[in-house]
Amino acid sequence: MLQPLIYDIGSPGRMGVNLPECDVPKVELPAALMREELPLPEVGEVQVVRHFVKLSKLNYSIDQGLYPLGSCTMKYNPKINEDAARLPGFAQLHPLTDESGSQGALFLMHELQQWLGEISGFEAVSLTPAAGAQGEFAGILMIRQYHIDRGEGQRDLILVPNSAHGTNPATVTMAGMEVLELPSNNKGNVDMDALHAACEGELRDRIAGMMITVPSTLGLFEETILEVIATVHDAGGLMYMDGANMNALMAAVKPGALGFDVMHYNLHKTFSTPHGGGGPGSGAVGVNEKLAPYLPGPIVEIVEDGTADREEPVGATYQVARNARSNDGRPNGSPLQTSAGEAVEPPLYGFVMPEKSIGRMKAFHGNFGMHLRAYAYIRVYGDSGIRDVTRYAVLNANYLRAKLMQTYKVPYPRYCGHEFVLEGHFDDAEDVHALDISKRLMDYGFHPPTNYFPLIVPEALLIEPTETETKADLDEFVAAMERIAEEARDDPELLRNAPHTAPVRRLDEVRAAKELVLCCAPAKAAASV
Amino acid sequence: MSYIPHTAMETQQMLAEIGVDAIDELFRAVPPTHRFPKLDLPPPMSEMEVAAEMLAISEANDHAQDFAIFRGAGAYHHFIPTVVNHMLLRGEFYTAYTPYQPEISQGTLQATYEYQSMMCALTGMDAANASHYDGATSLAEAVTVALEVARHRRKKVILSHAIHPQYREVARTYHRGRDIRIIGDRGRGEIVDLMEMLDENTAMLAVQYPDFFGQIDDMTALADAVHEAGALLVMVANPMALSIFKSPGELGADIVVGEGQPMGVPLGFGGPYLGYFAIRQKYVRRIAGRIIGETLDADGKRAFVMTLRPREQDIKRERASSNICTNQGLMALSASVYMTLMGKNGLRKVGELNYHKAHYAANEISRLDGYSVDMSKPFFNEFVVACPRPIADINKALLEQGIIGGYDLGQHYFHLEDRMLLCVTEMNAKDEIDRLVEILGGLN
Repeated sequence: MLQPLIYDIGSPGRMGVNLPECDVPKVELPAALMREELPLPEVGEVQVVRHFVKLSKLNYSIDQGLYPLGSCTMKYNPKINEDAARLPGFAQLHPLTDESGSQGALFLMHELQQWLGEISGFEAVSLTPAAGAQGEFAGILMIRQYHIDRGEGQRDLILVPNSAHGTNPATVTMAGMEVLELPSNNKGNVDMDALHAACEGELRDRIAGMMITVPSTLGLFEETILEVIATVHDAGGLMYMDGANMNALMAAVKPGALGFDVMHYNLHKTFSTPHGGGGPGSGAVGVNEKLAPYLPGPIVEIVEDGTADREEPVGATYQVARNARSNDGRPNGSPLQTSAGEAVEPPLYGFVMPEKSIGRMKAFHGNFGMHLRAYAYIRVYGDSGIRDVTRYAVLNANYLRAKLMQTYKVPYPRYCGHEFVLEGHFDDAEDVHALDISKRLMDYGFHPPTNYFPLIVPEALLIEPTETETKADLDEFVAAMERIAEEARDDPELLRNAPHTAPVRRLDEVRAAKELVLCCAPAKAAASV
Repeated sequence: MSYIPHTAMETQQMLAEIGVDAIDELFRAVPPTHRFPKLDLPPPMSEMEVAAEMLAISEANDHAQDFAIFRGAGAYHHFIPTVVNHMLLRGEFYTAYTPYQPEISQGTLQATYEYQSMMCALTGMDAANASHYDGATSLAEAVTVALEVARHRRKKVILSHAIHPQYREVARTYHRGRDIRIIGDRGRGEIVDLMEMLDENTAMLAVQYPDFFGQIDDMTALADAVHEAGALLVMVANPMALSIFKSPGELGADIVVGEGQPMGVPLGFGGPYLGYFAIRQKYVRRIAGRIIGETLDADGKRAFVMTLRPREQDIKRERASSNICTNQGLMALSASVYMTLMGKNGLRKVGELNYHKAHYAANEISRLDGYSVDMSKPFFNEFVVACPRPIADINKALLEQGIIGGYDLGQHYFHLEDRMLLCVTEMNAKDEIDRLVEILGGLN
């Protein structure tokens, strides 16, 4: 069952790839600088393919079934997006290509900036952050610089509800600021008394802003959101929205219109770019006009207007033929025709560093491969489809919630957004915990929900089905959860020893941390200590 | 409805189960004044139309299938064996997420563990994490580790000016909120100059290997001086160069970071790439991000799991040293498959091809009237050429002949006006190099 380590299946001298002979005269290698050891595996192509195919089969993935990992939005990743990302014009485009030679990529990024701004009601968008956590970091750095530029550099406190993702408080610390944690009330909203006390008390002049997830990590839309925003704004703070849960909001509400000053998007959640076994993500940030000059750069702007009378929004169709290539592969530069037959010159796109930018978050221009997938995704759904994404995500979550409420404790008696929390324990089966339920779900062929988060619900199971699951899939999940609830009473050991059908059983995590074996032994040969 | 599978009847049944008449009713908590705004987006499109549009947009770019590329500067055009893409396209890998549930994630976990191992092998370090966003953010995270190791008592960070300019910018962005000083941008960037900047307030010194100009310095004296000052030596290394050159571990580095893109990740207009991060055993608990360790399951079978979890943001919250969560896992898988295929012998051969071809090109160009090549130090696959005309003019002329020329160094280094950084890899056949030399010769 177990796959051996790649170092254990090689033979000296074997190679997995054929390489061409050197076609230039060789020069002498500088002996003093050369390494002697290079302890890499020695395996053939067939062994490599089988090794990774076997490894892949030890994984659970969205392509196999429901993956209701709360706050991660594990929706179907459209295959067409993978094809698009592998087109040579994208995959083989050097990031430092002259702007005249990357107009297609720049056009695409510009459109995506516009669309993301439109979806969430923001003035400007930067696509550069590599993941949600980096988007958060950019947002808090912008807030910090905004206050410094207004002579209010003493504002160093960021309010964070206790239901927040761990990234929020960690981000605040990275930005050199301090967290002021706020409690939640029994309806899952921010405790308004605590918020008023913080914003109107002696710390008022130190309030830099607030980070809040909408809907919250409990899957609940903050009922007092307008009052929360007004309270923080009155104290001179800015509002940051953690956009991890944007799948519940598209065409339902625009965060910018509610009064948020800045938010990040997770293109790998809401806009279907694959999670890749841990990444890559993409954490674009949107801002209102106050923060637009501070955006991390570069962003894409039209640097020279075209002659086309550009109706918003416009597809790329006319952009394209301009660059249709002649046989030698180079652009022929001929202007394009509109449908009316007139020749038009499209605008020229370029990278621009915003005026007071907090700087670069990473080299080059963000995870472009994720931008183009998000572009294709929005293009497929269009205006009406994007609206449906949110509507059906919320429908699926509420359906599961309604069904599971019959068997499990569900705190907070309100409709949820795109996800909801269950309490994973039973009064008459005290030895069974949320983790046991999760592990047993694997035996029924499902990925477990998020465990023990948010921290404010005991034995939390955070469930997010997403819009791409059928009613039948959801019903099967409900049936499994109901069976598990029975098993918890009848045979708790079955749960506590689960999973029984996975490639491995529960792991000794203490041993892993104590012995700290982080590297195959043969690879260590090169280390010189 | 594209990827939404609901039929009208199913929707009705689900609404009935919930006890509402319409989906709209589920949004009651949203303030009515702001509920259901219209979105000004284009109309939906079929898969056929989207495929055509994506192709058309992509072809509006000057890409490596149509052009010969002699540009590197942090992003490299290397051969990627086809097996890499086939493995990456397995949905079991790319449609899974962070292996929070190890029992059903052993594929990702073992592949990542093997990636960590191969990065240790290349760098000569004891441990590597599962990835950072890119080479630049890996460097920024190395600064955090060095500050932590010094318990924030040392406030000076030296970044050699021969480190990629964008990497230094990113390190500055990351540490804007801290009371530290980042220096090293000025001066000749020679090793002796860097050594003079060291003092008891220095937390770390970072150099690039080979440096941004493609050159390789002897680091031994530098490593001693850095350690004597009680600071950490961080090396930003091109992993492809490590196929033939001494490992940073041998040279005395404490932390090795860099861009893993050259190993199996396509140019992709700059991302997603792969920040790798490797470190000596004694600092391993300071490492940020995911890290995979070996352990046993309840039956005593070997298995892998994310370990040292208490350092991470979801557990340590505001006391975590980094907020990283999602990383570049799939790119680490690319590098893992790539390194496995190449192996000990193939990777060395690729490294040598790069070395020989770059030296052939450098020698040929150095014979041209009006050009000179800086061969004062050993170099790998990039080198600096002083040109008789502005680089923009030269690149324009090259582009007309189907060649993407070198990187214009004058954009970042005012003293390097009219100098281009040329990159030659195994992808540049001899006739391509000869064509480049010939065109350059006509532009003097």
